Amino acid sequence: MTAQQLRFDNIESQTLTPQQQLQLFAAIEQGLPLVAKPYDALAKYLNISEKQVISTIEDWQEQGMIRRFGLVIRHRKLGYVANAMVVWNVNDKSVDDVAAILSKQKVVTLCYRRPRVLPDWPYNLFCMIHGKTRSQVIDQLNEICQHDELANIDKKILFSNKAYKQRGGKYSHTSASGK
Amino acid sequence: MDALDKKILNRTQRGIPISEQPFTDIAKELDCTEEQVINKLQNMLEDGLLSRFGPMYDAASLGGAFTLAAMQVPEERFEQVTEIVNAFSQVAHNYKRQHRLNMWFVVACESQQEIQSVIKEIEQKSSLSVYDFPKEEEFYVGLYLPV
Repeated sequence: MTAQQLRFDNIESQTLTPQQQLQLFAAIEQGLPLVAKPYDALAKYLNISEKQVISTIEDWQEQGMIRRFGLVIRHRKLGYVANAMVVWNVNDKSVDDVAAILSKQKVVTLCYRRPRVLPDWPYNLFCMIHGKTRSQVIDQLNEICQHDELANIDKKILFSNKAYKQRGGKYSHTSASGK
Repeated sequence: MDALDKKILNRTQRGIPISEQPFTDIAKELDCTEEQVINKLQNMLEDGLLSRFGPMYDAASLGGAFTLAAMQVPEERFEQVTEIVNAFSQVAHNYKRQHRLNMWFVVACESQQEIQSVIKEIEQKSSLSVYDFPKEEEFYVGLYLPV
């Protein structure tokens, strides 16, 4: 992805130039430094002020470019080895209602509407459930399906057997590390 | 992993404050010290329990194009087709799943056209069809896995 496509010129934090924003973006992509004042450390590294770092990142969050600042766990290492994609064949008129119920379930981590590919693939609502064992995931799914609105929907559960490739998104071409 | 490790993992998965001393804020919430928060996160990073400590992007708002794609791959060709698909730098995740459509991967590109050309190339190189399931609507993204 090129600098131009990162659309920094749309962002309204007047204090940093687009070039500085791009540098900050590339720096936080490497991960936040684990020090007492991480935003100050970034500021010193980029030769800008801590206030500028904080307000720019706040702007990015408000604008939805960054959902949140947090950590990504290696779910397999922490025992979450059963990863199930559950796909539902939902009447087009009911998709919003069904999605709203699914999104409220603690065990559902993602919920998207995607197109059917008929006749092979009638499912139009996709959600993910991560669990420690397959039987736990199946139990959780059964529990979710106690909801009247979900009970009679045609669905399929697709467990993953193996992850063949896993990498986080990398959006900035200026960041040097391949981490 | 001790009880405090778990509390820190669960708390920081939800995001950390954008403040001068975010780890102090977290330490206050969890009734421990800032040093404990930082050291334990450092150890968990080194042990490989965490893959990254940084921003979660809304990839689409950054201007990229994404899709979820699937293929029906004959079992005896699975490794070979995996190599073909994973050779594309635009392929971000690739999972084998239990279904007739047994290979599922994410394609992340700069543009919609690039997605279509990657899909076409995969089809040509593998002689198999690629099913394209672009996101039409996002209802929920909240990957939070308590430990």
